[in-house]
Amino acid sequence: MRLPPQPGERLNRDRTLTFRFEGDPVEAFTGDTIASALFASGRRVFSRSFKYHRPRGLLCCSGHCPNCLMQVDGIPSVRACMEPAREGAEVKAQNVLGSLDRDLMSVVDKIGGPFLPVGFYYRTMMRPRRAWPIYERFLRSAAGLGRIDKHGRRTRRFDTEHRRTQVLVIGGGVSGLAAARKAAEAGRHVVLVDDGLADDSDFESAPFEVLSPARAIGIYEGGLVPVDAGNVLYRFRAERIVVATGTIEQPLLFPGNDLVGVMLSGGARRLTEQWSLRPGERAVVIAAGGEAIAQELRSAGTEVARVFDLGEHPPAEIVATGRRGRVASVVVDGEAIDSDLLIMSGGRQPAYSLLAQTGAKVEYDAAGAIFVPRDLPPHVEAVGSVTGVRSAPSHPLPAYAGRGRCFVCLCEDVTRKDVKRAIAEGFDSIELAKRYTAVTMGPCQGRLCHLPSIRLFARETGADEAALGSTTARPPWAPISLGLLAGRVHEPTRRTSIHHRHEELGARMMWTGDWLRVHSYGDPAAEVRAVHDTVGVIDVSTLGKLLVRGADAIGFLERLYPNRFADLEIGRVRYGVLGTDAGRIMDDGTIGRLAKDEFYVTTTSTGAEVVLEWFQWWNSIWGFDVDVVNLTGALTAVNVAGPRARDLLVRLTSLDCSADAFTYLDAKRAQVAGVPCLLLRIGFVGELGYELHFPSTYGEYLWDTLLDRGAELGARPFGLEAQRILRLEKQHILVGQDTDSESNTLDANMAWMVKFDKDDFVGKWALEHMRKRSPRERLVGFEMQNGVVPAEGSQIVVGGRPAGRVTSARRSEHLGTTIGLAWVPPELAEESSRLQIRVEGKLEQASVRLRPFYDPDGKRLRS
Amino acid sequence: MSFLLPCPNCGPRDVNEFVYAGELSVRPQKTPSLRDLTSYVYFRRNVAGLQREWWFHRFGCELWFQAERDTRTNEVLTTELVEPSRQAPPAPDTATPDAPAV
Repeated sequence: MRLPPQPGERLNRDRTLTFRFEGDPVEAFTGDTIASALFASGRRVFSRSFKYHRPRGLLCCSGHCPNCLMQVDGIPSVRACMEPAREGAEVKAQNVLGSLDRDLMSVVDKIGGPFLPVGFYYRTMMRPRRAWPIYERFLRSAAGLGRIDKHGRRTRRFDTEHRRTQVLVIGGGVSGLAAARKAAEAGRHVVLVDDGLADDSDFESAPFEVLSPARAIGIYEGGLVPVDAGNVLYRFRAERIVVATGTIEQPLLFPGNDLVGVMLSGGARRLTEQWSLRPGERAVVIAAGGEAIAQELRSAGTEVARVFDLGEHPPAEIVATGRRGRVASVVVDGEAIDSDLLIMSGGRQPAYSLLAQTGAKVEYDAAGAIFVPRDLPPHVEAVGSVTGVRSAPSHPLPAYAGRGRCFVCLCEDVTRKDVKRAIAEGFDSIELAKRYTAVTMGPCQGRLCHLPSIRLFARETGADEAALGSTTARPPWAPISLGLLAGRVHEPTRRTSIHHRHEELGARMMWTGDWLRVHSYGDPAAEVRAVHDTVGVIDVSTLGKLLVRGADAIGFLERLYPNRFADLEIGRVRYGVLGTDAGRIMDDGTIGRLAKDEFYVTTTSTGAEVVLEWFQWWNSIWGFDVDVVNLTGALTAVNVAGPRARDLLVRLTSLDCSADAFTYLDAKRAQVAGVPCLLLRIGFVGELGYELHFPSTYGEYLWDTLLDRGAELGARPFGLEAQRILRLEKQHILVGQDTDSESNTLDANMAWMVKFDKDDFVGKWALEHMRKRSPRERLVGFEMQNGVVPAEGSQIVVGGRPAGRVTSARRSEHLGTTIGLAWVPPELAEESSRLQIRVEGKLEQASVRLRPFYDPDGKRLRS
Repeated sequence: MSFLLPCPNCGPRDVNEFVYAGELSVRPQKTPSLRDLTSYVYFRRNVAGLQREWWFHRFGCELWFQAERDTRTNEVLTTELVEPSRQAPPAPDTATPDAPAV
């Protein structure tokens, strides 16, 4: 089937390979594409059309048209004419029911035509409404091209690379090469991107970097050009962008123009020159400069029956008729010519899309009957034929007369009749008509249909093309796989310095923000018991830890928090809630005074970065003499809590830990097991507790020591789940869990910390207004009457209407009941008020508890 | 958004390195009326044109700065670190016993 070796062929005839098409082996030479090898094996039908399932054959052989889309190694919609043949590749047809040659869905073409005009699904499938699910199931399975490999997730890896260059040249043709060479010789750093159509030998010894095959998929603001290079997406930032994308050969619109055997002249030339294939036996040529094309065909051994030169003898009527979807004869102005090949060319349209994306204007050049780019922005340059420099305008008719279906858009199967119908229905703007008919919205992205559709639209509406204008060009200019856009999964994970010990203990981990934390070590109830009865140890390294230091540190914190700090003695700790100027709760934590102008501030686990940015932002306005240092990662924190916590600590430190010497809310520095620690006596979980903050390098050592030396006291590690039960027993709130972006300090029952007598603090004015009005809702504790655990977010129901919500709920083994926190209307915020909570559709009874469920007087906490 | 933003400290960087924190709003100097407070907290001018705004170089030097940007074209005219006006009163210094540091 091959011609004798041609001078410029890309084949290496000494090396053959075999791939499979629909399971059958196909022989190919190295240098073949999948399409050229299939064509050599005798295949002429390469795909079935989107809507009517009409057979389609090779048309452009340049990666523009949708006619050779196939499934290759599980990847759908691969352009077979551009995809190199690979040994062992599995190639399959797509969008067929049966086979390419006998597609059962082609019945749509036989009977469906009149019933399936453009936009039919908007109109015909509206009634009866109940039937829509049936229509939808049918449409979903019938629509779309190709099938996504559901198991393809891990088969390819994509990366994104950020690159910078002084000059980025897009297109490796003659003009692009010349521009790249010139810029490189002028000492510029140059990168050239080529789609692989150009001859590789041109790039040898080029004084600049070449990416090929690669496709620029768009030009965004700031000179950003994403380049698809297979498994890598390069995000190029270029000072100057040179667009040398050339032109695209345009098809003619005539009845039968989609038959197998109708080819663009460039497609036929590539078949002959690069892969030594004869495009057909007997050809009709309709093109400007048709005789030159005919010469090329003859040299490939194709008989040329007739040549119609669009310049010299423009025909008025062209009809291609076929048998089984393949060209059998061509009728031009009444003259029928038997042929199996129709070579056409409607001239060349500049591939201006990338330029239009930069903001260039697109104007219709009536003399050349093409759209050309104008008014490029300063950092963009166009070279070569993309500028619209005309060689030989061909002036085809917008559409040729004749009976039969004339396809304007091969991708979406839109015919001339569909366009006329859209106009008749009132879609008189080109942008609206584009959306309605979907012309230019298919896989070719308008490469072959944009110009012809606008010219046809102009003729049918009687407007001229210049007035109609062009539709907006948007990225992606080249098709791109979704995997490349998604890139590699970068999920930041933060692990504490004790993480591996938790794993060794068999901990179940959970996410809190970017942090991996211990949910439990298998038995949260036993962990709770240990904290209540003996001593528990929890890794709280995820707490944000900020050091605030400077002459104005007190004034700074007094401005940020509603609390007072001026009277906080050195060595003491205070709980504080950060608010915004809207009076809303933002974060909470403890503030310990380490020295006259040095404070140790903790934040929630997910709040460290936000609070740090918040502090820095305010101080960039206020200009206090204060420095804020983030110690979150540098320090590990462990909370030792339970009635035996003191017994454990005294085994490890010489610090006087007696209840009188180290009281509740004290902060002290001491060596614990030889490790320099900051000890905060605080009690989130409601028992005697010490929070140890120390350099992270000692994390595992101190953790091990605490558990070893505490073993005989009954010490055990506990996780977040146990901590959540314990803190709920004390009604300690979790910011972000029990509060949301609307919660304020007053309604959350923390009015005691708001010092309205301070001159100013962030949120003061809003809180003053809130104090004057009655609260909208209150955060209260509640106890379920029958032990059922409502889901977080469950409704509080008053008189059949939702009036509040549950924010936390847990079963407390110690109390023998289910407890929780909820936002309720203020009138229900009374001790023992009855609440109704909707749990899985049923209303369950609960009663309000305003005081902590466990140790309400804080005796154990302060012991 | 894909423009370059010149950080006053690090030079031009991809905008994705930064956090945008909105147009400049001026905090009232003394207790505002409810109307003034509400407009300070909730209302934005949202101009189509030149806007002075806050940026934070999160994946860089971690500095706050202000930029003057045309919201229609994303052209950034100037960026600068803020010269804080020392509007804050000196820190209150009461009830702090002169105890040794912890």
